Amino acid sequence: MQLFVTIDLCFVVFDMKNAVIGNNKQKANLIVLGAVPRLLYLLQQTSSSLELRTECAVVLGSLAMGTENNIKSLVDCHIIPALLQGLLCPDLIFIEACLRCLRTVFISPVTPVQLLYTDPTVIPHLMSLLSHSHRTQEYTTQIFSHCCKTPEHQTVLFNHGAIQNIAPLLISPSYKVRMQALKCFSVLAYENTQVSLTLVNVLVDGELLSQVFVRMMQRDQPIEMQLTSAKCLTYMCRAGAIRTDDGCIVLKTLPCLVRMCSKEHLLEERVEGAETLAFLMEPDVELQRIASTTDHLVAMLADYFKYPSSVSAIADIKRLDHDLKHAHELRQAAFKLYASLGSNDEDIRKKITETENMMDRIVSGLSESSIKVRLAAVRCLHSLSRSVQQLRTSFHDHAVWKPLMKLLQNAPDEVLVMASSTLCNLLLEFSPSKEPILESGVVELLCSLTQSESPALRVNGIWALMNMAFQADQKVRVEIVQCLGTEQLFRLLSDPDGNVLMKTLGLLRNLLSTRPHMDQIMSSHGKQIMQAVTLILEAEHSAEIKEQALCILANIADGNTAKELIMTNDDMLQKIKYYMGHSNVKLQLAATFCITNLIWNEDDGSQERQDKLKELGFVDMLHKLSQACDANLSDSAKTAMQQYLA
Amino acid sequence: MAELGAGSLSLGDPVFNYQEHELNERLKRLYPAVNEEETPLPRSWSPKDKYSYIGLSQSNLRVHYKGWDKHSYGYHGDDGHSFCSSGTGQPYGPTFTTGDVIGCCVNLINNTCFYTKNGISLGVAFTDLPPNLYPTVGLQTPGEIVDANFGQQPFVFDIEDYMSEWRAKIHGMIARFPIGERLGDWQAVLQNMVSSYLVHHGYYATATAFARATETMIQEDQTSIKNRQRIQKLVLEGRVGEAIEATQQLYPGLLEHNPNLLFMLKCRQFVEMVNGTDSEVRCLTIRSPKSQGSYPGSPNLSPHQGAGNSHIHTGGVDSPTCSNGVTPSKKSKSHSSVVSSNMKYPSTSSSASSSTSSSPSSINYSESNSSDSTKSQPHSNNSNQETSDSEMEIEAEHYTNGVVEGSSTRIMNGTYKHEEILQPDDNSIGNGVTGEEGYRNGRQLCGGNQAATERMIQFGRELQALNEKLCREYGKNTTHKKMLQDAFSLLAYSDPWNCPVGQQLDPTQRESLCSALNSAILESQNLPKQPPLVLALGQATECVQLMARVRSGSCSFARVDNFLL
Repeated sequence: MQLFVTIDLCFVVFDMKNAVIGNNKQKANLIVLGAVPRLLYLLQQTSSSLELRTECAVVLGSLAMGTENNIKSLVDCHIIPALLQGLLCPDLIFIEACLRCLRTVFISPVTPVQLLYTDPTVIPHLMSLLSHSHRTQEYTTQIFSHCCKTPEHQTVLFNHGAIQNIAPLLISPSYKVRMQALKCFSVLAYENTQVSLTLVNVLVDGELLSQVFVRMMQRDQPIEMQLTSAKCLTYMCRAGAIRTDDGCIVLKTLPCLVRMCSKEHLLEERVEGAETLAFLMEPDVELQRIASTTDHLVAMLADYFKYPSSVSAIADIKRLDHDLKHAHELRQAAFKLYASLGSNDEDIRKKITETENMMDRIVSGLSESSIKVRLAAVRCLHSLSRSVQQLRTSFHDHAVWKPLMKLLQNAPDEVLVMASSTLCNLLLEFSPSKEPILESGVVELLCSLTQSESPALRVNGIWALMNMAFQADQKVRVEIVQCLGTEQLFRLLSDPDGNVLMKTLGLLRNLLSTRPHMDQIMSSHGKQIMQAVTLILEAEHSAEIKEQALCILANIADGNTAKELIMTNDDMLQKIKYYMGHSNVKLQLAATFCITNLIWNEDDGSQERQDKLKELGFVDMLHKLSQACDANLSDSAKTAMQQYLA
Repeated sequence: MAELGAGSLSLGDPVFNYQEHELNERLKRLYPAVNEEETPLPRSWSPKDKYSYIGLSQSNLRVHYKGWDKHSYGYHGDDGHSFCSSGTGQPYGPTFTTGDVIGCCVNLINNTCFYTKNGISLGVAFTDLPPNLYPTVGLQTPGEIVDANFGQQPFVFDIEDYMSEWRAKIHGMIARFPIGERLGDWQAVLQNMVSSYLVHHGYYATATAFARATETMIQEDQTSIKNRQRIQKLVLEGRVGEAIEATQQLYPGLLEHNPNLLFMLKCRQFVEMVNGTDSEVRCLTIRSPKSQGSYPGSPNLSPHQGAGNSHIHTGGVDSPTCSNGVTPSKKSKSHSSVVSSNMKYPSTSSSASSSTSSSPSSINYSESNSSDSTKSQPHSNNSNQETSDSEMEIEAEHYTNGVVEGSSTRIMNGTYKHEEILQPDDNSIGNGVTGEEGYRNGRQLCGGNQAATERMIQFGRELQALNEKLCREYGKNTTHKKMLQDAFSLLAYSDPWNCPVGQQLDPTQRESLCSALNSAILESQNLPKQPPLVLALGQATECVQLMARVRSGSCSFARVDNFLL
C-alpha cells in the first residue's frame, strides 16, 4: 500500500515540476497553496524514495528560480536547513539537486548570507563535497563566492581549507567549474592579506597560481574569465602579495583591465574593469603613469559619460532602458578611475582636465541624484585639486566651488570627508577660488565640521580654517575666532587625534601672524593660549606638533605687548631654553626664533629683555648654537647674537 | 648604425642551426600568412637610412622625416606625437628616449597601427592604412644606435596574446556565419561530401554504414567500388603487375586510352621488381611472401596529402594528388587522437591477446575483437575480423602474418598506422613481421633471386620498347624519359635502397600512382575523378591563398587546417 502512495506522489511531484517550469505565475500559486512545507516534508522523509526526494528538491529549485518573493517564502519555510540536511545523504543525484536549489536560494540578494554559517558543520561538509562531481563543484563554489561578504566569512572559508580545495578546480575541464572557482578566489582575496599571501605560494599542477591566473587572462579567453582573473591578481597585489612592478601586474593585469574599459565590451564589464583598475593603481604612481599612456585610457573614459546616447534612444526602448540603468554606474566608475589616475602625477592631471568637457562633467556629477556618482565626482575633483596649476586655472574657470559648497550641505559623512578635503585645497592662498568661497559664508560650516564625531571631518574642518587664515585680512581672522569660539579652539588643542591638534596649532599660528592682530587676540585670550602651549610642550607629542607650538611662541614673541606674556613667564623661558638644546634641529631652530624675536633691538624695551635673557644664560646658549653643524641653526643663532652687539 | 644579428639567412639552405630554426618558427607564428618565397620577411634592419622616430612608409625609398611625407606614418620620440602624412603631428603617446623599447604593430585585418612602449600598448595611432608599408626608423644624431627586432627575439609586448584575440575573433566570425534557412540543405551537402569521399577511396564498409546512418544513397554500385578498391590495394602493396592485369580485365580499354598512365604503371612495376615486391618477381623469390606489404609507416589507401598543400586538381594523371585533409604521420602521436578513438584496429587472432598494451584505441579494442559484424563481408576470408558498427568507422588492416595472400579481395579501408599502434602487432607476430628489421637489413635486388633478376632485366627491355613506341606515336616525353632513367639508375647501385635515387623504392611513392589510377577508372565510369570533398578543400585553401594575395588580413587566421582535426 505504501508503495502505491509513493508512486502516486512521484507522479504528482513530477507533474508539479512540469507545471512550474518557466512559469512564475504557477510558481507563486503553488507557494500560496502551501506546497513548500509539503515538499520540504517529503524531502526530509528518509523513508520516502530517493527519486521522490530528488524530485522534491528539483521542484523547490524551480520555485527558487522565480521572483524574489518566492525566495523569501522558501527561506521563511526554513528551506535552507532542510536542504543542508539533505546534503548528508550519500546519494549524489539527490545531493546535486539539493545543492542546485541551495545555490539558487543563496545567490539571491534577499537571502541572508549568515544562514550558511549558523551551523559550523556546514562549511566543512561543503568542502568535502567539492570532490564529488562537476556539479557539486560548480554549485558549491558558487555558493561560497556569493556568501563571502565580510572578512569573517573569508576567514571561516580560509580556515576550512578553501584555497587547497578550490585551487585544483581552476584546471577543471568544465568551464563553469573553472569560472566559479576563479570567482571564489576573487572574493576570498579581496582586501585580505592572509588569503593573498597564501595564494601566491599555491601550486596548481606544478604551476604557480599567479601564472594560472595569467593564463586565464589570455586575450582569447572569455571576457568574464579575463576580468575575474585580473581581479584576483589585483587583490593579491593590493594585499602586498605581488609587487606592483611584477610583470604579471604591469604587462598583464593592467593592460587587461584597460582593455576591459574599451567600447567593445558590455557596460557591466566596463564598469567592473574601470573600478578594478582604479583600485589596482590607487597607491602606485608608476602604475598610474603606465595606465595613463595605455591604449588612450584617459580619452577612452570620456565615452563613459555618453550614456544613454541619442543613438540608444532611437535604436530601441530596451536599449535605452539598459543604458539608463548603467549610466550612473559608468559615470561613477569613470570618476573613480580618473581620481585614481590623477592622484599623484601632475602631467596626468593635466591630461585629465584637458579631456573633452571634463570639468563640466565633474561639476554636473557633483549635483547628480545618485550618491555614488556624487561621491566619485568629488573624489575625482579632490584628486585634481592637488594640482596647483589646475587650482589656478580650470577649477576657477568652472567655479567648481559652487557645487562643492552645495554638496557640503547635508551630505552623508563619506561625501563630506571628500568634499571638505577638496575645499581645503581650494582655500589655499594661491587659489583664486578662495575669495568667492570666503564670501559665500563657509566659516560657519567649517566650524561645525570641527565638532564632528569623525576625526577625518574634524581634521578637514580645522585644516580648511587654517588655510583660510593664512595671510588673511583682519576681518576673516576675527570671523574665524568668533565663529569657532575660544572654547572650541582649546578643545581642539586637546583632541586625541594628532592631525587635528597639528592643524589647530597651524590655525593658531596663522591667526597670530601679524602684529596688531596678534596683540589684539593675545590681550583677550593670552592666558589660555599660553596655557595651551605650555600643555603641549609638556605633553608627549611628536616633534612636528612641538615645533608648531614653538612657532606659535615665536609669533607671540614678535608682538608688541604680547612679548611680555613670555618674558614674565620664567617657566616658559626655561622651556624655550630646553628646546634650544634639544636634539631635534627643527625644534632648536623654532626656539631660537623665539629668542630672536624677544631680543630684537628695534623693539621697545629690548635692552631689558636682552639683559634678562643674558642673565638666564641664553647668550651662552646662542653662542653654542652658533657653532652648530646645521647651517640654518648657526645662522639664526648668529643673527640673534648680533642683536646684543648692536 | 646598428649592425643586426641573424642577418644572413639563405632560404633553401638545408643546414639551419637550432637558433635559426627557432627564429624561422617564431617568424612563421608571427606572420602566419606570409609566403616567404614570394615576400621574404626581414631579419635585419637596413643599415642605410638615418635620422628619432619609428615609422612606416609605403615605399622602400629613403625617407626624410617619418610621417611627414605622403603615405608615411610616424611616432616621434621628442614630443610623443604621431604624424600621418603631414608635418603637423597629433598628440599620441609619451615621449621616448634611450633605453626604451618601442614596438610598432600593423594590423592587416582592420588596417590600423599601434605602437608600444616598453611592452605597453599605447593604443591605435592610425586607421585606414594603405597596403605595402615598410618599417623605417630615424635617428637624430650621428652615433645613435637602434636595435631592431622583427621577431628574432621575443617581443616585450605580448604580441602572441594580441594575435590570439584576433584569431579567436576570426574563428568566432566563421563559426557564427549565418546560414539562415538553409540548414537542411547544408546538412545534405555535407553528407553527400562525406559519402562521395568514402566511395571515391573505396571505403566500402564505412560508406555503407554512413549511408545507413544518414539514410542517404550511394551513387556508385557496389561491385564497381570493390573492384577499384582491389586494384588500389594491389598498387599500394607494390603488386603493380597484378594491378595492371586486373585493370585490363575489369576495365578493358582504359589503359589503352591512357598510355601515359600505363607507362607510369609499368615504370612502377619495374621499381617494384627491384624492390622484390611485384608478383612477377615475388613468385620466383625464395622469400616468404608473408612479410610483403608490411611497411611500417606506409599508409594504406589513405591519400597522403594534407589540405595545406593540396592544389586544385586540374591536371590529369600528372598531378594525382588528393587530399583527405589529414596528414598521416609516423611521428605525430597526438595529432590523430581524434581519429584513433573512432578507429578500430582489428588484428589477427594471434595478435589479439598481446595487443592489449598501450593502444590509444584500447577502449574500442575489445569490441573490435568480438565479431559483432552485422554486415556480411562476402569476399573476406577472415570475416570474423571484420567489424562494423552503426557509427562512422574506419577499419584498419595490418598486413601481417600471411593475411596478405588471402586478403586480396578483402575490403580495405585506409587508416594511418602510426607506430604507436603498429608496435604491439609487430611484436606479437613472431614469424611474420619480426621481419621488419631483418627485411630491411637483408634486402637484396629482386629478393636476391637470380631468375627474378633475369625477369626484371627482360621487363626493363620491354619497358624501354614501350617508351620508344610511345615516342614514335606521341612524340618525345621528357617526363617519361626522366622516369625511365631514374628507374634504371637503381640497377647501378649495389644497395639501391641507399642510393641517390633510392627514394623511388619507398612504398609511399605508390600513393600518387594509386590515386591517379583510381581517378582514371572513375573518369572512365563517368564519375568525378576527384571527390567533391577534396575539391571543396582545395577550393577553400586556394581561396584563402587568393585572399592573402589581395591582402585580406583576416585570412591569416582562417587557415583551412585550423578546421581539420
